[in-house]
Amino acid sequence: MTSDYVSRRADVDAAVKLGLTADEYAHICEIQGGEPTYVELAVYSLMWSEHCSYKHSKPVLSRFPTSGPRVLQGPGENAGVVDVGDGWAVAMKVESHNHPSAVEPFQGAATGVGGIVRDIFTMGARPIVSCDSLRFGELDEPRQRYLLDGVVGGIAHYGNCLGIPTVCGEVYFEPSYEGNCLVNAMAAGLLRADGIVRAKAAGIGNHVVLIGNKTGRDGIGGASVLASQEFDETLEEKRPSVQVGDPFTEKKLIEACLELLHGRLVVSMQDLGAAGLTSSSSEMASKGMVGLDIHADRVPLREADMEPWEIMISESQERMLSIVAPAKLAAVREVCERWDLDCTVIGEVTDTKMLRIWWHGEVVGDIPARRLADEAPIVRTPSVKPAYLVDDPVAVTDAGYPPAADLGAALAELLAAPNVADKRWAWEQYDYIVQANTMQIPGGDAAVLRIKGTPRGIAFTNDCNGRQCYLDPYRGAKAAVAEAARNLSCAGALPVAVTDCLNFGNPEKGDIFWQFEQAVEGMAQACEALDTPVVSGNVSFYNESFGKAIYPTPMVGMLGLYDDVSVHIDHSFKDEGDVVLLLGPDGAWIDGSEYQKVHYGRVEGRIPDVDLEAERRLQAALRAAIGRRLLKSAHDCAEGGLAVALAECAIGSGVNGGTRYADPEAAGAAGRWRGADIGLPEALLAAPGQPPGAAGRPDLALFGEAPTRVVVTCAADDVGTLETLLADVPHRRIGVVTGEDLRCTMAGNELFSVPVSALCAAYESLPDRLA
Amino acid sequence: MSPASGRVRFGVVVFPGSNCDTDAHHAISTFPDATAQYLWHKDTDLAGVDAVILPGGFSYGDYLRCGAIARFSPIMQAVRDFAADGGLVIGICNGFQILVESGLLPGGLLRNMGLKFVCRYVNLRVENPATPFTHTCREGDLLRIIVKHNEGNYAVDPTTLAQMKARGQIVLRYADAHGKLTPAANPNGSVENIAGICNETFNVFGMMPHPENSVEAHMAGGTDGRTIFQAMIDSALGRAEVKA
Repeated sequence: MTSDYVSRRADVDAAVKLGLTADEYAHICEIQGGEPTYVELAVYSLMWSEHCSYKHSKPVLSRFPTSGPRVLQGPGENAGVVDVGDGWAVAMKVESHNHPSAVEPFQGAATGVGGIVRDIFTMGARPIVSCDSLRFGELDEPRQRYLLDGVVGGIAHYGNCLGIPTVCGEVYFEPSYEGNCLVNAMAAGLLRADGIVRAKAAGIGNHVVLIGNKTGRDGIGGASVLASQEFDETLEEKRPSVQVGDPFTEKKLIEACLELLHGRLVVSMQDLGAAGLTSSSSEMASKGMVGLDIHADRVPLREADMEPWEIMISESQERMLSIVAPAKLAAVREVCERWDLDCTVIGEVTDTKMLRIWWHGEVVGDIPARRLADEAPIVRTPSVKPAYLVDDPVAVTDAGYPPAADLGAALAELLAAPNVADKRWAWEQYDYIVQANTMQIPGGDAAVLRIKGTPRGIAFTNDCNGRQCYLDPYRGAKAAVAEAARNLSCAGALPVAVTDCLNFGNPEKGDIFWQFEQAVEGMAQACEALDTPVVSGNVSFYNESFGKAIYPTPMVGMLGLYDDVSVHIDHSFKDEGDVVLLLGPDGAWIDGSEYQKVHYGRVEGRIPDVDLEAERRLQAALRAAIGRRLLKSAHDCAEGGLAVALAECAIGSGVNGGTRYADPEAAGAAGRWRGADIGLPEALLAAPGQPPGAAGRPDLALFGEAPTRVVVTCAADDVGTLETLLADVPHRRIGVVTGEDLRCTMAGNELFSVPVSALCAAYESLPDRLA
Repeated sequence: MSPASGRVRFGVVVFPGSNCDTDAHHAISTFPDATAQYLWHKDTDLAGVDAVILPGGFSYGDYLRCGAIARFSPIMQAVRDFAADGGLVIGICNGFQILVESGLLPGGLLRNMGLKFVCRYVNLRVENPATPFTHTCREGDLLRIIVKHNEGNYAVDPTTLAQMKARGQIVLRYADAHGKLTPAANPNGSVENIAGICNETFNVFGMMPHPENSVEAHMAGGTDGRTIFQAMIDSALGRAEVKA
């Protein structure tokens, strides 16, 4: 069968149509010694796309700290791996599926989960947790609600079927994500520290074996057409580039592949993700410094008339490539048959260092594997500081910022704001308990899981405030790392490693590239200071629609460890009479705050910088106190400031065995609401760097935001011991847990007093308002 | 039945797509007087186990209809024979769906009324404590156990329902914190808040909530699920005289 590929020209016009530049085409011709075949050109266009090659980001990413005593595998493999003690290790990774989800939210999000889970079990790890970081436009737009529904449904559909608990996550709504939602899927898995499998082809003459689904035309050009271009009016036409997920096959793949890997029946394994067979085969060959012969005509197909270039770049899901020694082939086939999975020998390992693509006995592509996988030309965009940035915080004396008249109503307004409000409607669609490791269910600062058979545990969180990163990418990204670590420390876990998903606009634009460089610098400094190296990650550029970029969104996923997981605590108030303390420096700013957005409809100013040394000290003291079981609760102050943090602690008290009382009155009847009496010192607003006029603004003390602040409670008997432990950390006693109202005063004046049940009603009002 | 070893052997059936099989196995391992072993769906006998668990998950991807393909698995003939001989069979979530599809339990499980997957702790009111699965409870006891499903909306024709009620086959119902059967306490729209039912001979039991996720005090789920397994263990060991 001779097909079209012979007649298809692989000239510069064809190259440009496939997303390559004329310069890149010239470079390809040089490597290939003349005009490439069409198969070769298609393969290059995928591998040299931004998504696969990191051609814009590579030099900047080298700034990250990536090693440390616990790091067993840093960036460059399918996932990073961290030693967690007792011979156990955790593999972790996050990846974006933004553009597929914007085009087809359900399948886009579902296959995002599928892809990241394959990255985890490919390392030899059993996936144990899934987390998702989502961004949409404002929910008053019907399309945004459609996207949200589809994405949450897709994550639920795929993750629940796999039996992997979705235990944490975050979702924010800002106009900048309207044309380009973000879906960052994160997963982690548990493996033995000496059982890491790397995606390196080896053993001349070994078989190249394809396991799993048949190959179809879905996802052709996913990495180049979708992931490496901005959106415009052709959005809907891109639907065929979105893959379709089959979680049942993936579940069988997990079981079969772990059996193959743990039984040492395969030499190595790699999943087929972006750019499909092309990237998996060239990366395995390049890493192993060998060649691979791939017989494209032996690949089992869903559609009979596929051409070799289509077979090579299809992104059909649930497929794995593995290298198998001839002596082990029968055993590999036996495992795959037991799980009813296709298992096909499609090629062999050679000593040519070439990726050779065969089609019915004829070579149709012959490319140096290393140059294809690792030598995409680096693109360096000159960076330009964007014009919208300002150097100073806004002056709250400005006529545009009159203080809220009713502070109780302002608090309820913030609790009801989509970015703050309860996310139960989303996470109740996820199975967060399967595998029987979940110790803390969603809704708190971090997910906490045990490691069965040991006293150890792990914690996960993901964080990024895009609005803050927009106002100052360096400070905002630094704050994202600090907040992720703080969330883990609030649960009592030691932060140890980061996986990141760097979502930005078009990197060919100088101001976007400036945001990217600044964010990486901020993250890198925070990761260094907090001893949390970056072990894996993903860059997602071209998050723009009609030329308008998203807020810079460097999402930080972080892993925390417990030697003894039984010390973990949550954020909710516990017992009448417990003392409430605020840890952290004085000062609170309106710049970039939720209060500024919700109450004033503005996003402007400059956010405060995180003092990383103060952050490190505070978190260390917090963990020490939790480790000694001195604290009953701890909660990070984030969106909505101190008042929202206190309200969340109070609302969290109305739960019983992980369930909120469906009827707020029932919680009251059961005596479960825990309110608090809080007295705020005026000194909170006398911090250095506060803009003029702040001191007279109790609303700023309540709703202003600042990093490095945590609300904790402890038994009255323990407060002395606690304060000794907090000697080198700023802290104040601010009140006591009491009654069923949250009451706040400042210098003797009541600021507000609201029943916790009313706060809870506002906090849970979002689904009704959207219905 | 009174197992010679003094320990009840549970068989956990593994279908392709089962994903609560390991949780069920783990839950049984927390009982000193029980052991668990896996049974593969392609097997044709139950390896002499004393009780069978059909676990939760998405057998065969739940393609076509939940449990509709699993009922044709080779192991299911052995399960039917075992049940006909009076053996104890519990189907949890997808296992309940499989029992219904297999005709071992009456009725059907439709898509949740809210059209969404729901993962939530619920209160289960014990309606009939005189079964091998609930004799450790008293009538009206509330068990706090998690549900997690997309198709848990129990439906049955009125005539059958009336017969089931008359015989005491309705074993668990969704209730609020005070034990009231309110619509708000019903997570999926099940008829009359039904969460768990028995067959006419009370040796086959299906429930949508997951007792295997509520067996350890230090975990998020609490321990209310233990009572179901303890009841089965006591029944299998002949410790309990259960009269339905």
